[in-house]
Amino acid sequence: MAERLMAGGSTSEGAGGSSYRAPVADITEALQVAGVWDLLQLPDFAHVDRPTVEQVVVEFGRFASEVISPTDAAGDSAGSRRDDRGGVVTPTGFKEAYGRYVEGGWGSLQFPERYGGGGFPWAVAVALQEMFASANMALSINPVLTQGAVELLLQWGDDRQRDTYLPRMVSGYWPATMELTEPDAGSDLGALTTRATEQPDGTWRISGTKIFATWAEHDLADNIVHFVLARAAGAPAGTKGLSVFLVPKRPPGPSGEPGVANSLRCARVEEKLGIHASPTCVMEYDDAAGELVGALHGGFRVMLTMMNMARVSIGAEGPAVAERAFQQAYAYARERLQGRRPSTPPGERAPIIEHPDVARMLLQVRTLTLASRMVVYAAFAQRDLARHGAGEAERRQAEARFGLLVPIAKAWATDQGFLATSLALQVHGGSGYLEEAKVAQRLRDARIGPIYEGTNGIQAIDLAVRKVSRDGGRAMSSLCDDVMATVKVLPLPELGPTAQALEEAHGALTEATAWVAEKYTSSPDDVLAGAAAYLQLAGVTLGGWVMAKRALVAWRGRPGGGAGQQEGQAEVAAGESNFFALETLSDAPALLRRVTAGSGRLTPLWSSRPGLA
Amino acid sequence: MDVAVCVKQVPAPDTPLELEPPAYHLRRSGSLVLDEPDSFGVETALRLSEQSGGGEVVVISMAPRGETAGLRTALALGATRALLVSDEALAGSDALGTARVLAALVRRAGAALVVAATESSDGYSGTVPVQMAELLGYPAVTFAKHVETDGARIFAERQTDFGSEEVECPLPAVLTVTAGAVEVRYPSLKGIMSAKSKPVEILALTDLGIDPSTVGRAGARQEVISLEEAEHRSGGTVVAGDGRGHELIVELLEKRGVL
Repeated sequence: MAERLMAGGSTSEGAGGSSYRAPVADITEALQVAGVWDLLQLPDFAHVDRPTVEQVVVEFGRFASEVISPTDAAGDSAGSRRDDRGGVVTPTGFKEAYGRYVEGGWGSLQFPERYGGGGFPWAVAVALQEMFASANMALSINPVLTQGAVELLLQWGDDRQRDTYLPRMVSGYWPATMELTEPDAGSDLGALTTRATEQPDGTWRISGTKIFATWAEHDLADNIVHFVLARAAGAPAGTKGLSVFLVPKRPPGPSGEPGVANSLRCARVEEKLGIHASPTCVMEYDDAAGELVGALHGGFRVMLTMMNMARVSIGAEGPAVAERAFQQAYAYARERLQGRRPSTPPGERAPIIEHPDVARMLLQVRTLTLASRMVVYAAFAQRDLARHGAGEAERRQAEARFGLLVPIAKAWATDQGFLATSLALQVHGGSGYLEEAKVAQRLRDARIGPIYEGTNGIQAIDLAVRKVSRDGGRAMSSLCDDVMATVKVLPLPELGPTAQALEEAHGALTEATAWVAEKYTSSPDDVLAGAAAYLQLAGVTLGGWVMAKRALVAWRGRPGGGAGQQEGQAEVAAGESNFFALETLSDAPALLRRVTAGSGRLTPLWSSRPGLA
Repeated sequence: MDVAVCVKQVPAPDTPLELEPPAYHLRRSGSLVLDEPDSFGVETALRLSEQSGGGEVVVISMAPRGETAGLRTALALGATRALLVSDEALAGSDALGTARVLAALVRRAGAALVVAATESSDGYSGTVPVQMAELLGYPAVTFAKHVETDGARIFAERQTDFGSEEVECPLPAVLTVTAGAVEVRYPSLKGIMSAKSKPVEILALTDLGIDPSTVGRAGARQEVISLEEAEHRSGGTVVAGDGRGHELIVELLEKRGVL
């Protein structure tokens, strides 16, 4: 295992070190499992080939490790701060690192060449996003939001808006934000009150307060493009009365250069548990000039475009933070000497990696990282297929599968990211709890993943209700069929434990899907009470599936079996898949019981509190 | 001013290296990358070419199986085109055989200045550039840590055993640069994409008019006859700190003649 891990570049400098080396080999392998090499056969990607993708991964990996990563620790300790004039000052080194990222053109990889992009698949862009997040999660959220906004404008903007804003946003020269939440409108956006008033010239004036506005004010760029969800005068109540407005910090003049400041301000930057360098702003709009994007009152759908992309990108933070935590824990466990392994004779002390329980934790972190990475990449590959697939039928099927995978990739991957960082910290023992070991930052940073871009509870509801129940479980059944097809071709006995656990999980997910699809109309509370378990069941099954596919790819490419690869790689991949099957995938039958237990199990809480249920 | 820059493509540094008996050559069956010391050569070549008012920067290399991954990196950084010699008869070449091939490529590229790293990170012979200079009949300026040009001459600050010296050399010439001599730029996405359409000419020995018996295993005059594992580094001397550490360091450096 050690050799393979080295080959993946998963090393770090010294015990307790916090440097990051991009795991280029693992990432390239994950792109293959997600089907990226097949995507490159599509006519829209004819200008991209596999060596170019590999080169992009290598070069950006180096950039992330050498240029972005060194800014991470200072960002955590200093944080972004509001100055007395309402500006937000980012930590030392952020402006330069972001500037070089923009200059390198990395953020434009997946966008149309017409606007200065590289025309690559999103599935490749997410690999870059993951490395960025490993290197500096707080800074990486900035381009996530910009890229979601680019998608929004590509789909809903008019020609003038696209020509004015896209070239500058695609490059990252003008970053963008998305502002939805208000003090009384969080997960329930229908309650929001920010209002928009139309002017005689067709432009709009926006007034109201937005909270949790990530990177809504900062000093990284000349301009910031705010996408604000607001209610136009006379609009119906609820989500059906919302519209999206583009509100620049400095509206561009006829030359396209930023003009005078708009009437909006950052009133406060929040103190947070983690991602200290990502400014979480309270934004006040006071008759700020804006323009409508997409249909009036059609804002919820417009914003959903941005949210869908941002959600899966946030999913990539799971493997990102897990990978970096793994590199730290692995390096520490190889150097820290404590006790000896009971099976060896007395003598010198052993590095703790030789203790079975430490090895178990490390392998757990490693497999959760691999699995969550591949699930996220696979989601984006479906999105690429939905846009660029060969025929209408293929595109429609991919669209449905992308929709299904969005909540799973977001919620399951970020949950595993947090679990993995917690385990990596545990490997360090007491010293991991000290800030000095630099692994505590991973845990604090990872905790936001399950919360923002729609809490993982909201993702579970989205999956059970919108993606499964409303579709009669069809998209999920089709996915289950694909899982079973993989089970049938696994080599035995090498992948026996994987095949057995994956078949069981397939059975559990199939049964749970039928139950969710059927029950929602008659007893929605029962479905909602089991929604989180259902998402987890789908997550472990998908995780087991991609781990099995990865083992299969390695098995077929083993020396003498085809493509050149290292000695023992197939055996390690099979071992990792079998480990995941035992430690994680085998939860599936228990999760099924929890999905179908119904809401009755919640009555101890509700009945003991008068006024509830 | 046209510049030729020698690059070697080596197994990725994070893959375990293997030596292939009987001749103990490095196994190159996996994917290859641009050798890190050569990135300083490429950067220097690009800067000198710009400083001279422009011209071609031609990457020259020798590798098995038409391997171009490392060349693409150099092209992504800004080089104009690449010449690669890939010929089965080259397997087992020694330093002189390699120098013969590279010298032929320099002539083909028609470059006034040849830039190379001081040595590769896998072979470490460090003799190819000077052998190439001899074969070409060019002067060699080696171990440069800073170089400038006016298009007709180069002005270099050379690292020597005793300090450094400044030299001026008319072109054509061979120049070797030390690792760390310049800060190497990162390739941009545009650079990577444009590298795809830059010409990479893959040549055989016959294209260069080289007699196969003078290169490869057949022409090698240098042979590795045995291998031994290097001694593991010993623990060194541990001095317990009592606040006088700096004095001990000065004493040690004086004893070694560094200070």
